[in-house]
Amino acid sequence: MARPHSVRHQRGFTFVALLCFFLLYLPMATMVVFAFNAGNTLGDLDGFSLRWFRAAWQNDQIVEALLRSLTVAPVAACLATVAATMAALATTRTTPYRGLAAKVAFLNQPLVVPEIVTAVALLVVFARIKVWTGYTGLGYLIAAHTAFCIPFAYLPIRARLETMDLSLERAAADLYARPWAVFRWITLPLLWPGILAGFMLAFVVSLDDVVITEFIKSAGQETLPTYMLGQLRRNVTPEMNAISTVFLAISVAVVSLFFLLNRKKT
Amino acid sequence: MAAAAPAIEVLDLAKSFGEARALDGVSVSIGENEFFTLLGPSGCGKTTLLRMIAGFDFPDAGEIRLHGRDIAGQPPFARPVNTVFQNYALFPHMTVAQNIGFGLEMQGKRHTEIAARVDAMLALVRMEALRERRTSQLSGGQQQRVALARALAPQPRVLLLDEPLSALDLKLRKEMQGELKRLQLETGITFIFVTHDQEEALTMSDRVAVMSGGRILQVGTPREIYDSPRDRFVADFIGEANFLAGEIAGIEGQHARVRLAAGGTVEAGLPAGLAPNGRATVFVRPEHAELRADGGDFRGKLDRVVYFGTDTHLHIRLADGSDFVLRQQNSPGGHFGLDPGAEVAVAFKPGAARVLRD
Ligand SMILES: Nc1ncnc2c1ncn2[C@@H]1O[C@H](COP(=O)(O)OP(=O)(O)OP(=O)(O)O)[C@@H](O)[C@H]1O
Ligand SMILES: [Mg+2]
Repeated sequence: MARPHSVRHQRGFTFVALLCFFLLYLPMATMVVFAFNAGNTLGDLDGFSLRWFRAAWQNDQIVEALLRSLTVAPVAACLATVAATMAALATTRTTPYRGLAAKVAFLNQPLVVPEIVTAVALLVVFARIKVWTGYTGLGYLIAAHTAFCIPFAYLPIRARLETMDLSLERAAADLYARPWAVFRWITLPLLWPGILAGFMLAFVVSLDDVVITEFIKSAGQETLPTYMLGQLRRNVTPEMNAISTVFLAISVAVVSLFFLLNRKKT
Repeated sequence: MAAAAPAIEVLDLAKSFGEARALDGVSVSIGENEFFTLLGPSGCGKTTLLRMIAGFDFPDAGEIRLHGRDIAGQPPFARPVNTVFQNYALFPHMTVAQNIGFGLEMQGKRHTEIAARVDAMLALVRMEALRERRTSQLSGGQQQRVALARALAPQPRVLLLDEPLSALDLKLRKEMQGELKRLQLETGITFIFVTHDQEEALTMSDRVAVMSGGRILQVGTPREIYDSPRDRFVADFIGEANFLAGEIAGIEGQHARVRLAAGGTVEAGLPAGLAPNGRATVFVRPEHAELRADGGDFRGKLDRVVYFGTDTHLHIRLADGSDFVLRQQNSPGGHFGLDPGAEVAVAFKPGAARVLRD
């Protein structure tokens, strides 16, 4: 065969690929289109309008939930990224020892344990703490989000660390850099793309979370996803489409921003 | 060479990785301004010894003294010793100039001083034009030069080089050999150079240490190591060698008379401190023996003649079935007169044969 073998030349490849693409993006495209619907229903298109965006913007509950989401997600993502960076350094910059694999597994527990189980467990514990301390603020949400975001931030950081040449850090130490200076001038700059990727993942995962948030939020502490879930039980208006579209826009914006930052770095 | 105060003194250094003994009681003294080479087969502990001196790893036992001070417990950033890594380990997110200035920066030198020193280093390794390049945009030889400049910039007392030339192609390698030697002479810094290339070791070094199995077998000038190896391993590892089995017939001072298994009796030098009796091995380099019309030290049958350009290798089958290789310098237009199967007599040049520790 003259052509090097590639799965792209497999019969039906293009069809399957296009099908997957459609299934992935058709619903989203539909949602975005209907967000601009002038009509009252989710079913029929009645011309273009921004009325549902306006309605959402004027709905105090929605704005409040959005602001809460945009508080919890960045704070939790930052904390998770810092913790994940330290964990990744601790698990790669060491000679392997017994129990290291177990530690990594424990760290990644949120990826394995069903979220609902964690949610119930946290509910039980946090309910106690709320009784003892009387504190009912956002701290619980932030703590919980930080915890389940750590493995998502950890994975890209660790992947980056593992491909990093150890002799670079050794060379820096050889050139009179103390451990902190080695981290500041060598490890951190080279690790930065991994840290950004980790932060981005953690941010999106936190922004999107429903189950744990629903269980542990105090009264009135709706995030955007839990608010939307709550609305489903009443009547679904095209407002939902508008909120989801905004949500999609935020996610796309965050991902694009970090993609651009990353490309400039490397 | 070793007359000056030692720059580095290693005393009874030992290091094990689990069961494996990487260093097994190494002692060596390396002089100021010396080009000192560690030579040995893969896995003999060269890198391990270098890592101990740099401070990347710590010995189980023993001392490392830098100008008389024990540094074995100090971290790498506290030692005035710099390393040129085998893979260069240049910082990919910095320019050539930033790489070279890194050590000075970490020492807290003033910016004007750093800039001046970086310029001087760039000139020293002839890289002025590439000052602002990223290191990923450099050829192998250029990266090598930057790595050298970076390690030399803080003016260390000792420079450690772990097979710095092994990633280069042959031509560049020859060029960098000369360059390294020039840098060492110009800077006056002690170089400890690791290689498993014997030619590199012989041509560049003031002294060579031959290592095997975590030990130093012999330390000496290239000529001492080549002409007077103390044991069979050293003789075999460096250059080509003939080993002849025999029996001691008598000892006079620093010489022994050895009756060869292949017939004939030869005079062979004795290494200091060796007083063998009974069986012994006699060593002679192929170019330290010559053909004789008659007489000679022993006789054999010409087996093969191989032309090598500068010289011709004669493989001679001896009476006891062993092979002896003799190397003859070629002269222009001449041709070798004997055919395989011919009876030949071989004589050692004066002082060529030596008795070896087995
Ligand atoms: N980190 C380590 N863990 C376990 N064993 C090691 C380690 N470093 C070295 N060794 C062992 O110690 C011995 C000496 O290794 P070293 O790297 O010093 O050899 P070397 O002389 O530099 O060899 P080469 O010419 O291949 O570089 C080897 O047997 C090696 O397997
Ligand atoms: Mg080595």
